[in-house]
Amino acid sequence: MSLDPKQTHVLHEWKHGKPLIACSFDPTGRYLFTSSEDYTLQRWNLEDGSKVAWEAHDSWIRDIAFLPGGETVITAGCDDRIIFWPVTGDKPQPRAEVVAHKGWIRSVDVSSDGKLIATGGNDHLVKLWDPNGKRVRELAGHKGHVYSVFFHPDGNTLLSGDLKGVVHQWETKTGKLMRTFEAKELFSYNTGQKVDYGGVRDIALSPDGKTLAFTGLHKATNPLGAVNEPLVLLFDWAKGESIRKQPADGVKGIGWQVEFLSDGSEVCVSGGGGGGYLIFFKPAEEKPFHKLKLKDTARDMSLHPDGLQVATAHWDGYVRISRMEQKAAR
Amino acid sequence: MKCDYSCQSDDHLIARRQFLGGLAGSFVVGGLGALTNPVAAAQLKKNGMRVLVVYMSGGLSQLESWDPKPKTDTGGPFRAIQTVVPGTQICELLPKTATHMDKLSLIRSINTKNNDHGKGRYQMTYGRNQMPGTEHPHLGAVCAKALERSDNPLPGHIKVPGGSRGSDAAYLGPKYASVGMTGKPPANSERAKNLTESADALRNSFRRKVNDRFSLQRRTAETDVYTQSYEQALQLMEKRDVFDIEKEPASEHEKYGKFDLGKHCLMARRLLENDIPFVQVSHSNYDTHNENFNFHLEQLGEFDQAFSTLVNDLHERGMLETTLVVVMSEFGRTPKINARFGRDHWGSAWSVCLGGANVQPGAIIGKTNENGTKVIEREVDHGHLFHTYLSAVGLESSEAFNIGGREQPMADPSRAPISELIT
Repeated sequence: MSLDPKQTHVLHEWKHGKPLIACSFDPTGRYLFTSSEDYTLQRWNLEDGSKVAWEAHDSWIRDIAFLPGGETVITAGCDDRIIFWPVTGDKPQPRAEVVAHKGWIRSVDVSSDGKLIATGGNDHLVKLWDPNGKRVRELAGHKGHVYSVFFHPDGNTLLSGDLKGVVHQWETKTGKLMRTFEAKELFSYNTGQKVDYGGVRDIALSPDGKTLAFTGLHKATNPLGAVNEPLVLLFDWAKGESIRKQPADGVKGIGWQVEFLSDGSEVCVSGGGGGGYLIFFKPAEEKPFHKLKLKDTARDMSLHPDGLQVATAHWDGYVRISRMEQKAAR
Repeated sequence: MKCDYSCQSDDHLIARRQFLGGLAGSFVVGGLGALTNPVAAAQLKKNGMRVLVVYMSGGLSQLESWDPKPKTDTGGPFRAIQTVVPGTQICELLPKTATHMDKLSLIRSINTKNNDHGKGRYQMTYGRNQMPGTEHPHLGAVCAKALERSDNPLPGHIKVPGGSRGSDAAYLGPKYASVGMTGKPPANSERAKNLTESADALRNSFRRKVNDRFSLQRRTAETDVYTQSYEQALQLMEKRDVFDIEKEPASEHEKYGKFDLGKHCLMARRLLENDIPFVQVSHSNYDTHNENFNFHLEQLGEFDQAFSTLVNDLHERGMLETTLVVVMSEFGRTPKINARFGRDHWGSAWSVCLGGANVQPGAIIGKTNENGTKVIEREVDHGHLFHTYLSAVGLESSEAFNIGGREQPMADPSRAPISELIT
């Protein structure tokens, strides 16, 4: 069997019991990590669905990343800290703990060679760290909360997106700001409610390295009431120009995560007023070619290293694992 | 109830200056003995008192402000921080306010039994439940009348931001209704350039003569308001700079913040310094059914800077002793966090912050349970709060206005002040 997004189906529903926030597969594909509103981090064994949970931060965990090899998991908290944990063990203890930002850390990513860790926070800063938690560099330039960080696989490029819909491209060796992508459709200021809303919630790069995807929301007619729709924006990597806007065809909610699949298509997870959806796009088309309604609103998504499974974290306390291929015959 | 002067009662024939100067007129104290010395003492006590309401429109989350419950199932991502008052913690979104909690107090046990915006606004600013067919004056109108200055021509009830005159004074009459301001002098408050000062004076003199003749036979509340509006407009023209925050140096703008709430709090300070009895500043918007935490982060960042600066300024200028400061909403927000990281309407267990005037500083009244889902100690509602505000500025909240010979209780007679909070 092979990747077939139109055949996507939920294979597992594993219950934590408290609303989930973030999820991430470890790079070896053995485990799925999730975080919850109950301040715990959960490790799920993909073989049998068994769970180990432990209290991890003084606040919620917004993002989860791994060092290459899958031995260390890094959690980014709303308590200013990143914490390095061993992936295995019944009662994992922190390997290192760093007060990394002033305020929430919304995003963490690890470079493909494992030498750099990037964090983005509410202090409008992006910071680079070595694998031991020692600060390497601070990247200043955002004028809003930093919502997402993403390492380009070339090893010397970092992208960071903020609340205002600005995506900066940094040279990691020097900290130099190389260029800026304007994803302004992902931000709005509501004059009636007097609130900023939106943000670049996630960044992805196509397998051929030619296309960037940013996701978030648009059509925010009532931000406080969750009246908005998910949106994916595609940019040409080489030219830095906008290629296409991909609205979600009437679905209400926020695009929380976007990933490119091995066939070049994209999957975006949305959650919010319209419930949870996996929404599939082809880069050459504006409209989604497939949508899968999930049982509950989703808040995060992770693509398994096998490229065939996605995990979604849900408010109803379940993590759901969906396979993007035809159901196996019984 | 409409203000009607057709009764030609003495109450309404007493001039404003006489009313306050002689302590006669529209207060009934215990029904009898309206001109006794204790009353004079009470009146003296309230002299110079002012009220500032900071209205957090939409419903401020008590959990992200005055009653945090970190690391519980309702706690959310924010932590609690220690304030300057030992043992008192508030949400980490208010670090600057935390340094002034020795001047402020918290009421953490409010149950207004209401989750509707309009009803909640009415409860909190009128002190009663809204009932069809009955009208009561807004807190601002009550204060504008009861704390009226004999020597101040400026309106006594100002809302910032705001536009036209409100209709919120009920039986007290439109004179005490709110006037909206934005931080700029009122529109058209400058004498027209082609009109000389002497010509303007002649015009007004003629108007007064005609008005006086008319009112001898046909005086009504409406004609009074008409006359007062003209006189007030003239006086406003003379004091128009009071409303112009551009008269403040750049350093003050920086201190308060260059966003709307910063400007409005700076405006409020100018108004209070000019002895306006009641000022309400509104901050929008806290109705966070979606992304409650992101929006509180943004809104309370502004509030913390502007509010803490204002409290500090009032304190340093010696005004806090005579200024009641209240931070209120129409209700709080649900302890339960919904699917969109939002919190919904919640009137069952929420908080108000207040201080200054005769409020005991640094106090905490009442308590909610471990995760903030219910009040477990000293439950109060909007009626108790309304009494408490009036008591805090030296008024006997159980007294009544005498309107056309009919007593109108200032506050809900079925409630009483939170006496342990008043010094």
